[in-house]
Amino acid sequence: MTATTHDDVQAVGRLEKPVRWAILAGSAIAAIALLAALGALNPLSVVIVGSLIYCTVLYVAARAVEGARHATDRLVTGVVTTAFLLAMVPLISVIWTIVSKGLDRLDVEFFTFSMRGVGSGDIGGAYHAIIGTILTTGIATLISVPIGLFAAIYLVEYGNKGVLARGLTFFVDVMTGIPSIVAGLFAIGFFTMMLGDVAYQAGIVGAVALSVLMIPTVVRSSEEMLRLVPNELREASYALGVSKWLTIAKVVLPTAIAGLATGITLAIARVMGETAPLLITMGASRAVNFNPFEGSMSALPLFAYSSYANPGTNKEDSLAAAWTAALVLMALVMILNIVARLISKFFAPKTGR
Amino acid sequence: MSTTTAVDPTKTSSLRSGRRFGDAIFSALSHSAGIVILLVLIGVTFFLFWGAKDALVADGSEVRGGAGLIAYIGPLIFGTLLSSIIALLIAVPLSIGIALFISHYAPRRLASGLGYVVDLLAAVPSIIFGLWGMQIAGSAVPSFEFLNEYLGFIPLFSGTVTTTGRTMLMIGIVLAIMILPIMTAVNREVFLQTPRLHEEASLALGATRWEMIRQTVIPFGKSGVVSGAMLGLGRALGETMAVAIILSASGGGYSWELLSANTPGTIAGDIALNFPESFGVERSTLFVSGLALFVVTFLVNMFARWIISRRSEFSGAN
Repeated sequence: MTATTHDDVQAVGRLEKPVRWAILAGSAIAAIALLAALGALNPLSVVIVGSLIYCTVLYVAARAVEGARHATDRLVTGVVTTAFLLAMVPLISVIWTIVSKGLDRLDVEFFTFSMRGVGSGDIGGAYHAIIGTILTTGIATLISVPIGLFAAIYLVEYGNKGVLARGLTFFVDVMTGIPSIVAGLFAIGFFTMMLGDVAYQAGIVGAVALSVLMIPTVVRSSEEMLRLVPNELREASYALGVSKWLTIAKVVLPTAIAGLATGITLAIARVMGETAPLLITMGASRAVNFNPFEGSMSALPLFAYSSYANPGTNKEDSLAAAWTAALVLMALVMILNIVARLISKFFAPKTGR
Repeated sequence: MSTTTAVDPTKTSSLRSGRRFGDAIFSALSHSAGIVILLVLIGVTFFLFWGAKDALVADGSEVRGGAGLIAYIGPLIFGTLLSSIIALLIAVPLSIGIALFISHYAPRRLASGLGYVVDLLAAVPSIIFGLWGMQIAGSAVPSFEFLNEYLGFIPLFSGTVTTTGRTMLMIGIVLAIMILPIMTAVNREVFLQTPRLHEEASLALGATRWEMIRQTVIPFGKSGVVSGAMLGLGRALGETMAVAIILSASGGGYSWELLSANTPGTIAGDIALNFPESFGVERSTLFVSGLALFVVTFLVNMFARWIISRRSEFSGAN
């Protein structure tokens, strides 16, 4: 919408594109040379110093050639672009650190061994943590999806903007902001009161904590998707004498299924990386445990944390395992994100006329 | 949340009882799902209180730290607020810049892809940011020393710079990176909603791109930016693992020195670090601080949502 044509309006002169590119290249070279001389050459400092030089030079040049207003415009363009580049530096740095450090231990042993009885000689693996992640995330999904989906159906189909519906919308929004550690404390309090056992640690406690975090995300995304279903479809169904629940089950839900699946996948990806509630509820086990109702359990993020925090005798290997767990976790989260995008792309709701 | 079991009046005259039965079941299921969610929220408050009750009634010398609840939780609340405010100060201008870049500066074809990249940043688990922050903390020490040397006259940057780099400022920076995506997403959304006619009118009057943004986009998006910042603040307040990893040792009391080893912890980080090894009244103390955290984040989030809902009521006028 903002074509470059407005630059010409009232311009006394004009800084042509080649000139601007030359200034950019000059500032980059100057920044690299300056930082190399100071011995502080890294991507972040190059972006900061380079854009500082570029903005200053461009502003002065534009002020001389194009006038003050256009100079300010160019300055802001430079600042805004710098802000974006600044945000990209940590993203690339995170990915680079995780991948380069995590690849060391990305071997068969990592996926097939647990940490049970691992002493100074062996290095063990994260098999037990992968099992734990699948179980806890799976149970959390089983709890959250029905509740979240039916709550969304309530909001869209039954709520009619009543008191309950408005309150629910508001509190679901507020609930998305519950700190994950508080969700963990809630689960502990709940199970301690129900079972009367202060030391109860099991996968199910972690799963309940995760579902507190997952439900609001499922409600929000499902509600949005159900609202996208055109009302004509519902009315057509009612006109044929189909009852309300059959309309929802056979018309509304199938139409929105791709969006629902996308939202649920993203919600799973979100809770999969949660560490804090699991840390205080499940007690990082070192052995394989298939029973979510008894005994402590581990999970990938928990394994990464405990390998880092309590390295045991061979620190090097333990830290390497922490990085690899982080890499596997990030890969899983990214894959789920991509799967979610693909679902919404290829199974888009058939809302066309 | 009072009317709960009202049966849809349009369906009561239905002839086939099977259909009515299905409708009743479905309606009951979705009503109860809504009620369950509200119950969970009430339950969170209730069970936090329930866990906290031992410490609330206990003598000051019995709680963690041995000097009473206020003495224990005070510095933690201070640390939580301090780190979140640093994060907010860094993240607000950056997120406005990024959002403007994506909504008004980047080439159209790139914009949606860039938005997706920012969303990916939001998907990175917090433990990964923690490990990463721990890893890069050491390399930030030279810049911290630089700040200390030239800006040391400001109390915030005074004191002795720790050689590990695990400081309050580091936490603030990592938290800022973690809350950037959500704030950017909110800002981008409101900036894109600016009425096209306003923008074009401004440009037609000869405004440059920046003048157009200042005249139309910023006034329109102001409340959205505030609520985005509040959401980010809520996230930063409750962030646990990154803080727990980077500030593995804490307990500095009320210290304003951002660069020294003498740092207060944060509530969430403190709970994560100490919960597994504490029992009885000690554990109950952690519930009290969890309750304090819950109340603070709840208020911040409510304020943010209130701004958003107030805004959506009036935006129809535009």
